[in-house]
Amino acid sequence: MPPKSTKRVPTTYLPDTTILAQPPKKRSLRVVRFEDVLDVLGSFASSFSMTWLLFGWLTPLQSTIGFVVVNFILFVVIYGLITSVKSRQQEIRDRLVSVLLFSAGIILISALLFVVFYTLSRGQLALGNLNFFTESMEQAGPLDPLYVGGILHAVVGTLIQISIALALTIPLGIGTAVFLNEIGGKFARFVRTIADAMTALPSIVAGLFVLSAFIRTGVVPRSGFAAALAITVMMLPIVIRASDVVLRLVANNLREASLALGASKWKTVWHIVLPTARSGLVTAVILGTARGIGETSPVLLTSGVSSVTNFNPFEGPMISLPLQVFDFVKSPEPTMIARGFGTAATLLLVVLILFALARSLGGKAPGNLTKRAQRAVTRKSLEDQKRIEALLANPVRKERNTA
Amino acid sequence: MAKRQGKTWLRDPQTPDIAFESRRSLVQVADFSDKVFTNVARSGGIITLAIMVAVGLFLGLRAQAAFETQGWNFLTETAWTPENGKFGIAAVLFGTVTIALIALFVSVPLGIGTALFISEVLPERIKGFAISMVDLMAAVPSVVFGIWGVFFLQANIIPISYWVSSTFGFIPFLAVTDGSGNPLTDPSAFTSSAVIAGFVVGLMVVPTQTSVMREAFSQTPLGEKEGALALGSTRWGMVRAVVLPFGRGGIIGGTMLSLGRALGETIAVYMIISPIFEINPQILKSGTNSVSSLIALRYGEASDNGLSALMAAGLVLFLITLVINFAASSIVANSRSGAESN
Repeated sequence: MPPKSTKRVPTTYLPDTTILAQPPKKRSLRVVRFEDVLDVLGSFASSFSMTWLLFGWLTPLQSTIGFVVVNFILFVVIYGLITSVKSRQQEIRDRLVSVLLFSAGIILISALLFVVFYTLSRGQLALGNLNFFTESMEQAGPLDPLYVGGILHAVVGTLIQISIALALTIPLGIGTAVFLNEIGGKFARFVRTIADAMTALPSIVAGLFVLSAFIRTGVVPRSGFAAALAITVMMLPIVIRASDVVLRLVANNLREASLALGASKWKTVWHIVLPTARSGLVTAVILGTARGIGETSPVLLTSGVSSVTNFNPFEGPMISLPLQVFDFVKSPEPTMIARGFGTAATLLLVVLILFALARSLGGKAPGNLTKRAQRAVTRKSLEDQKRIEALLANPVRKERNTA
Repeated sequence: MAKRQGKTWLRDPQTPDIAFESRRSLVQVADFSDKVFTNVARSGGIITLAIMVAVGLFLGLRAQAAFETQGWNFLTETAWTPENGKFGIAAVLFGTVTIALIALFVSVPLGIGTALFISEVLPERIKGFAISMVDLMAAVPSVVFGIWGVFFLQANIIPISYWVSSTFGFIPFLAVTDGSGNPLTDPSAFTSSAVIAGFVVGLMVVPTQTSVMREAFSQTPLGEKEGALALGSTRWGMVRAVVLPFGRGGIIGGTMLSLGRALGETIAVYMIISPIFEINPQILKSGTNSVSSLIALRYGEASDNGLSALMAAGLVLFLITLVINFAASSIVANSRSGAESN
């Protein structure tokens, strides 16, 4: 029996878009009442005063950290009591948890900032002397004042070691990540598993590996190159993992479009995949570099401490910034400790600059462009539009003419 | 066909299905550049694999000698005297695990709290700033945390350690006593303890942990969160009923990842602790040890035997972090929150 022709054929209707022309104003869902602010301030004032009384007046307690801890506990208790006067259990719980979340965030971020500023401020003493960056410790003993000697040798060492490590890591790491994503297969999955496993390798074990596989067997002497090898072993899995994630984010239809237009696999990778993922790959490498630069223990095992500027990575010990920090602060002399903090501050600044670089270059998903890049893309597509319009207005078919 | 505008029509059931041709095979013929590219990329993969496997194999082979001489004693012996042929990792492993657990005790509440604070409490404007702050801190070298621990924390935490040990001394692991059980009061008994090292390592691993957890929390479906709020839930109610269950994989995964890092941390621990080769269950008392600082301490004086012993210790540490990392990544991948990230 044929279907009834009288039956209404189900249809879908396009939504009425006129409503969307004037979007309703977004209302704020967060209300902070004046009372709430007073509650917080009041609890803080009373907990602070109670702690003040406890420390030094009523009991012989004294310790800055202790003061902060006691103040915090009292604040939470008093705030809970104040809220319980006028709210029900649900709300009290919500308030208390909000306070705890706020304090977790504030404690963590301020503790981390404190670590950074503590280092920077104690490093000022050494950083104030220009010779700190232009001299090595060759002529300076532990008792010498800060205007003698510097960390030039460690800066040179760090630069040489990280350059060698990067020269090995970038092609291998990105090449492997391309292999994992663009070629794939069972073997690639196996490589990915092993590379993931290697991210768990403690850095000191990487150093121990180079020490016993290369140095003790006499293949490579204790040198900057050996240190660079250890840093490479440590950095490689990090870079592979990060670039792998970035390459996976490249939209598949870009690859398919390129292949459908007749490009070969290699051309697709070189002209489509890598440029799309460029900023992410740069970020991956820079973050790997930041980790590699800060590693102390592999350099300790494979290169060792020296106070001489050594430009030859294949011979003689070559110290790096973190190892120099470690070595300086082992000494009980205040000047050496000041130098240690100065070196740490230098290292920290290097890492901060690298990180800022990574943020400004990358940190964005592929296709998520900066304003400048967006303008360039718009300009390009406007040009294309003009070209196409010109073609449409005056259709000259070159192929036909030549044929 | 003006009639069709604005509507989509269901297919008329009476038109016959288009007969599909049998599927053609899409064999690609690789040209020269493709062949070169495939082979170069594959050889990159092979080299990487070779390096990784070489590290694992070499550690295993060199460590074998040590395992053979010691057998199971390697796991139960506390002393480390390879020159006398008597060594084991019981003490250093105990120290490593205590320090890592203390680190987690510090980092887990801070990490979960900060992750929730960033993803649920902070307004959008400040969120990006807070996220990059935390990510930046993950890149701070461990030696910087180490000198902070030695020169700032150590001096400031001693009164608190003393207070805790004298007030809660009845709990065995918080007591600080000498050999015959008398409580110690000298400040030097409280320096270089597992607690100080654990605290510093904890602070060091929080940023990584926080960003894994925040990532998981931020993927909670908005509809479910709004649903909870629309049913009258408070913010905490919503977090407990929706966000925390959803982000459980992220919490466990992030915690285990940071546990792996805490176990392997070398230089900060080495700078803070004073190494001993016996099991010290009193975490506030001076003296503990860890596998990685044992390696940093002994690599120089080690003979071939000694090096093999250190390799064995390093291998055990690596295997532990390996298991923890794999467990963490499979938990993250199998949880609901991880399923959407791929």
